[in-house]
Amino acid sequence: MLSDLGTSVAENVAVIQREQRRIRVHVRLFGDRVFNLVTIALGSTILLLLAALAVVLIVKSTPSIEKFGLSFLVTSDWDPVNDVYGALPFIYGTVVSSAIALLIAVPMSLGVALCLSEMAPDWLSRRLGFLVDLLAAIPSVVYGLWAIFVLGPWLRDHVESSLGTYLGFLPIFTGPHVSVGMLTAGVVLAIMVIPYISSVCTDVFRLVPQTQREAAFALGATRWEMVRMAVLPYGLTGVIGAIILGLGRALGETIAVAMVIGNSPQISKSLFAPAATLASVIANEFAEATSDMYVSALIELGLVLLGVGIVLNVIARLLVAAVAQRRFGEER
Amino acid sequence: MVHRRAGKIRALTMADKLIVRRLDAWFKNVQALRDINLSFPENNVTAIIGPSGCGKSTLVRCLNRMHEVVPGARAEGEVLLDGENIYAPAVDPVQIRRRIGMVFQKPTPFPTMSIEDNVAAGLTLNRISLPHAERDRVIEKSLRQAALWEEVKDRLRRPGASLSGGQQQRLCVARALAVEPEVLLMDEPCSALDPISTARIEELLLDLKTSYTIVIVTHNMQQAARTADLTAFMYQGELIEFGDTRQIFTNPVRRETEDYITGRFG
Repeated sequence: MLSDLGTSVAENVAVIQREQRRIRVHVRLFGDRVFNLVTIALGSTILLLLAALAVVLIVKSTPSIEKFGLSFLVTSDWDPVNDVYGALPFIYGTVVSSAIALLIAVPMSLGVALCLSEMAPDWLSRRLGFLVDLLAAIPSVVYGLWAIFVLGPWLRDHVESSLGTYLGFLPIFTGPHVSVGMLTAGVVLAIMVIPYISSVCTDVFRLVPQTQREAAFALGATRWEMVRMAVLPYGLTGVIGAIILGLGRALGETIAVAMVIGNSPQISKSLFAPAATLASVIANEFAEATSDMYVSALIELGLVLLGVGIVLNVIARLLVAAVAQRRFGEER
Repeated sequence: MVHRRAGKIRALTMADKLIVRRLDAWFKNVQALRDINLSFPENNVTAIIGPSGCGKSTLVRCLNRMHEVVPGARAEGEVLLDGENIYAPAVDPVQIRRRIGMVFQKPTPFPTMSIEDNVAAGLTLNRISLPHAERDRVIEKSLRQAALWEEVKDRLRRPGASLSGGQQQRLCVARALAVEPEVLLMDEPCSALDPISTARIEELLLDLKTSYTIVIVTHNMQQAARTADLTAFMYQGELIEFGDTRQIFTNPVRRETEDYITGRFG
């Protein structure tokens, strides 16, 4: 009797536990479904935003696209008075100012990153790394102001004059020395992207396994040889990613560039001369665009900028994939 | 040189290739090695055994000044390579590492390099710019010494990372041998390998000792018994016993050694 009671209690407990477990599983499955839906919804928002952006840009720039067609991309007349628009000076300005920026920023950022990850002791590296990150937090209008009052005049008085004196035989270093122009814009862009590139590169280099460094040291590598043999090749894909990040930032940077590039829709052979970029001309002229065609042409410049960004990202991905392919071969 | 435990530790022999005298090593404030004295004879395999954390890896890393690569690590004492103290102030550790090669616990091929470039990596470092045919000859010789040539001769331009774990480890042996070091240090070279690859590495040791001085750290006592001429037993940062491998394994003098090799701890 007593043992019967015990058995039935045990059975009941077992049933209750089974039921509880079933409910728990049910609740968990339900939670899982909610989670899935939420994440899918959030993920799709990105796609929707991008699509909406592209659609608006395309629709709003249709008048300009219909009137100028492909010649918009390859002609250099930008004449609001006669409603004739060509984007080439701005494409040129964007590409060249970003190229100057990367030319200066990439070596410097690699130097900063290697110093932080390979040379500096831990306590110093953490403090310096914080300062580098802080540079990225300075608003671009502040960089622009500083460039107008300090960097531009300094470049004019010291750098441009020496470049003109010693490398004046190159057409890019000819002409009058002025404090606003392509060179000043490129240099301020370089200063602005250095924190981005160096911060990512530092993280990339810190991820290189210590065993790789030791393998190089054990073969009798000096510190520099170790960096070249183990750290740089291992981090190459990450470095490419960091450069593309910096490039994206340089291409799209608006205010600081608009403040120092001189805003002149022309293609000059000299880097000292004023120029304009896709982003800077939109910022400068949108408020005063009077005709519909003018507005439409400016929006098409935005579309071109978006296109340049997408093309660069695709190239970067292909590059990273190619490097990874070379590294691990067909077997992986 | 008088020893506290005379008779249990093989006496320092000044003719030996590599001699360690009064070596202490630290990680920050933690002392990892205490007063180590031993010597490694040429053309012998010497095994260093002991439980985890006993300092055997630290000892072997002190032998080519790799210990100090770790931040906060330092060593004091003497390590004589052919009678010359590699810890003397004027000595450049880079030069020492070119004479004393090392193979690590995990295979460490350079992932961006092809098989042949991995083997030639040390040559490139030493700025030995060999004519092409000579370079190919060194690559083949090193890969043959590492018993890897037959497996990779048709795919020398493939990435080093495309090989299996055991092949990668032999690639690292070939890479270390290509610069023709005088001493080869191996820090648990088989711990990440399957039994077949392990057997190949062990055969390799027996081949290589005719031309090199080999020091191998191992967790595996059978491996020490199979491959080593001399065996050192370490415990808690000290050298407990050092002598002929057969004597250490069949008739150890010290209690700790006996406990360890009979599996009572470690």
